[in-house]
Formats: sequence, C-alpha cells, structure tokens
Amino acid sequence: MTLSIRLTHAFAGFDVDVDVTAPPGVTVLFGASGSGKTTLVHAVAGLLRPDRGRIAVDDWLLLDTDAGRNLPPHRRRLGYIFQEGRLFPHLTVRQNLLYGRWFAPRDARTESLSRVVEMLGIGPLLPRRPGALSGGEKARVAIGRALLAGPRLILADEPLAALDEARKAEVLPYFERLRDEVSVPILYVSHATAEVARLATTVVALRGGRVVACGPPAQVLADVAAVGARGASSVLTARVVAHDADGLTALDTAGGPLWLPRLGALPGRTLRVRIAAQDVILSRDRPSGLSALSILSGRIADIRLGDGPGALVTLAIGDDRLTARITRRSVEALALAPGQTCHAVIKTVAVAPEDIGSGQGRDDGGRLTGPL
Amino acid sequence: MADWLSPAEWQAVALSLRVSFWATLVSLPFGILVAHALARWTFPGKQILNGLVHLPLILPPVVTGYLLLATFGRRGYVGQFLDEWFGIVVAFRWTGAALAAAVMAFPLLVRAIRLAIEAVDPKLEQAAATLGASRAMVFLTVTLPLCLPGIVAGAILAFAKAMGEFGATITFVSNIPGQTQTLPSAIYTFLQVPGGQGDAARLVVVAIVIAMAALLLSEWIARSVARRIAGT
Repeated sequence: MTLSIRLTHAFAGFDVDVDVTAPPGVTVLFGASGSGKTTLVHAVAGLLRPDRGRIAVDDWLLLDTDAGRNLPPHRRRLGYIFQEGRLFPHLTVRQNLLYGRWFAPRDARTESLSRVVEMLGIGPLLPRRPGALSGGEKARVAIGRALLAGPRLILADEPLAALDEARKAEVLPYFERLRDEVSVPILYVSHATAEVARLATTVVALRGGRVVACGPPAQVLADVAAVGARGASSVLTARVVAHDADGLTALDTAGGPLWLPRLGALPGRTLRVRIAAQDVILSRDRPSGLSALSILSGRIADIRLGDGPGALVTLAIGDDRLTARITRRSVEALALAPGQTCHAVIKTVAVAPEDIGSGQGRDDGGRLTGPL
Repeated sequence: MADWLSPAEWQAVALSLRVSFWATLVSLPFGILVAHALARWTFPGKQILNGLVHLPLILPPVVTGYLLLATFGRRGYVGQFLDEWFGIVVAFRWTGAALAAAVMAFPLLVRAIRLAIEAVDPKLEQAAATLGASRAMVFLTVTLPLCLPGIVAGAILAFAKAMGEFGATITFVSNIPGQTQTLPSAIYTFLQVPGGQGDAARLVVVAIVIAMAALLLSEWIARSVARRIAGT
C-alpha cells in the first residue's frame, strides 16, 4: 500500500507545503518540533483540514479539497497511536483493545485479540484499567488498540517521546514486530535518530514545513541538509556471529568484524546498527596498537566539506555507507580522495543499545520472533 | 410515626417528592443535551441559548411563574394547544408544579453537567473518533460515562431545588391542598394561620431530612462512580 500526501496549509507565521509518496513499510516523518510533522499526521487523521491538499492510501481517497472530499476521522479507517496513549480511563484494557474493533467492518477484523495480546505481551493486563498501568504498558496497549481497529494505515505520533530511556527500550521492539509481522503501512513521527535508524523503511525529513530529504534511512541520516552535521549518522547491516565470554558480541559486516557490547539477539540474526558520524575515526593505513576493537575497511565514496572546519567523509562498505565526521585539516593532511581505500575505527562503547534494531528492508529474512 | 404528620401534611410531602422526581427525570435528557451543546458545539446563537437557560436563576421566581402562566395557562398559546390537541392541562395541576420546578431547577442541572463535560479531555474523544466512533458513539461511549459523576451531582442538585421551589410554583399553579400544595407551600400556609408555627416546624424537619439524605446519596454515588472511572 502506498500513502500519498500532498498539501499546503498556512498557520499564523508558518506554512506547510509538502508532496510525499510513501512506499509500503514504515515511513518516518523526521524533524524538530515546528517542522510540520504533526500537521501532516493530523491532516492524514482528519483532525486538521488543510487549506488545499489530496491524501490517499492507494486509490482510497481520504481528502481532496479540489473535489470537495473530506472524510471525517471516524470513517478513515486508521489506527492512531498517540504520544500520551490516550487510553479510555473508564474501560478495562480488554475493552480498550476491542474499542476500535467494535466499529470496524467485519472483513477488516483480521487481527484476533489473542494474537495481538500475545504479540504485545499484555495478557496479564487485560482485566486492569489504564490508571493502574506503567507508561510502557500503556504504550503497548495503545499499539494493540490501534491494530485491532483493522486499520488500513497506522499513525504513530511520537509514541515514545513521553517515555524514559528504559521504557523506550521496552516499547521500541514492539514497533519492530509491528513492522515485521503486520502488513499495514505505518506513518511514524519522530525526532529521535535512533528510532529512525531502527524502524524506518523510508525517512521523510522535514524542516520549516518543507521536505528537505526523502529516502532510505542510511541515505537520509547521512544527509547534512536533513539532520545537520551533528546529527549525521550511518546505518550498517551486521550479522551476529557469536557472543564472547568477556561480554562482547561479534558481528560480521561487509567491511570486517564489528564488536558491540553484548546483545540479546541470536547468532545468525541480521541487525541494523546506527553509528554516529562523530564517533568514527579514519585512517589511511590499517592502524595497530589501538584500544578500539572494530576496524572496518571500505572505499571513499564521497567527501563533503562543510562551511566550518568540519567535513563528512563517506565510505562504501559493501552496499552500506559509513560516514565519518572529521576536520577539513585531517582531510588535507591525509590527502583523502574518492576511490581510496580507508579504514574506519569505531569504539565499541560508542554504540548504545537504542541504536541497534532488528534488520529489515533487506533480503535477510532475519525476523525476530521475540523482542531483542 | 404515621400520625406524627396529619394526612394533609403527608399529602404535601408525597406531592413534593412526586413533583421533584418527575421534574428531575424529564428534564435530565434535555439538560444533558443542552449542556453538551454549550460545552462542545459551536453554533450561532449559543450565547442566547446560554442566557435563556440561566434566566430562571436570575429572574424573580414570581416573574417566571407569571411567564409560565401566560404561556402554559388555559389561555396561553401553548396551554391552549396542549389542551385542544392532547387534552393536557398543566395549570393548577401537579404536572404544572412539576413543570415550574423543572424550569427553575434547569440552570443548576445544566451548569453541573456542563462543567463535567468540559472536564472530559477532548483528546480522548478525538482518539475515539480515529478508532471509528461517530460523534454520537463518541458521546455515548466516552463523554457520557466520563461525566457521569457530574450528571449525578446535577440531578441531585436539581431534585433539591425542585423540592424547595416556591415562588414560581405558587404563582403558576396556586396552592391547592392535594393538588398543588407542595411542602414549601404547606409551610407557608401554616405560617399564615396564628399558632401554626409548630405545624410548620415539623414540615421544616421533614424538608431538612430529605435535603440531607439527597446530599449524602449524591456524594456516595459520585464517589463510587469516580472510583470506578479512576479504575485502580
């Protein structure tokens, strides 16, 4: 299913003008607050009527201002996962889960309560009320409620932003399962690079109400125009090889072995690993005598000099791209040029658990049967 | 106990209870509708509706009674219409007393329910809509259950107001024993007779007991409903 959004809308002192087509999978709307992401999601949900626009899921038209069509929210067949959960406090978890299903047409009731409950691990919560749940539990119930409404499109508006780090780590794997096990397309709003790297099939980067970049996460996250030099990062595909006794996990990439702090994933599993550009050191010769364990080799694909003292050097490592943020002085000192072979040094401890997700979007078949 | 009050006095107490009960019950759906409209809808003339609803609160009750008599009396437009088409006469009947009580209690009813509806988070209603609930279903499944304590409080308040209504009632339906003589009218009648203060005092005790009972009941219901909603 393909979601296409074209709209213009003017607020006081701010206007949004976008034209986006999202292929199947998870499309992440990425940007700082005030970039227009919430406007887009609200327009898709029917909570905001844009000045002009056309929104469609495949050939199913939700809004077309030129044709005078504007479906009310309750007829759009969406599953909206709100930041605050917005569970109904007077209903039990079970009643909350089944709320949307009540209104769904019979042929849309494809997900069974038992499957969703099992997938989200919320069985013991069913008789409780939302008032007695933790933040992470509420977030999981909200996912289930949206899913059971039999939606054609799932919207998630910064569903993790209100949670602390531990709760984020608890809930994020469930979104990965949602992506991998459910065929419904997902429009996911976020300003966190780690979530983008782990979840996105497509990233739409927004700034000031305009689309500044659109494409696969590895491409957009390395795009300075989209994320800024400080936010630039890469997404590497890596396969788990073994768990070592000293607490490290060995992974295999196209550029050589990569060691990360111990992961829960089983050997053979393919993962996505986000590496911030500023955590990568480059070396022309293969370095020795370093404390850093992971040294990946690749070929320089691109060198972009910034306006300031910085530069972004991108290595091609197999099909992946790894970007390093270094100084212009170093680029000159090492006489770096496209086509050269170069070594990237990565500190094992620079990669946080939130940067590692289950692989998807490649032919790895490495689907998780349980959260990491 | 039964002969503590005379049959006529019992009659006044029973009539007051009946009048207040029906006045509250019949005005409740209208009260919820108007409160919802004032809290959540936007429409032209909203402030006028708001003013009309609150008018009985600020007008002298005698004026409200007069207006009811002019409208619903045998010669009033609505009164004539009801009489000719349905054979319903409210003037100088207990139903008229219930109408007067309902009109006088309506502002209190609407006010309490409106505050309760406004306290319901519109974000929850939005969430219900995205899950496929039409406006009516959002109201029935989310708004109504969440503002139930306010509705209960409003109904009890309206009942208590109806029990005490005097000015509009006596103007509209007079003070006929067994027909329209409510508790306050009976107390008033006793006080018009020399030496009637003792009789009046007994009815005053009855009025206080009923009011206290209503208040405690409303507290209890509101608390148990609120506990159920908070859901721990």
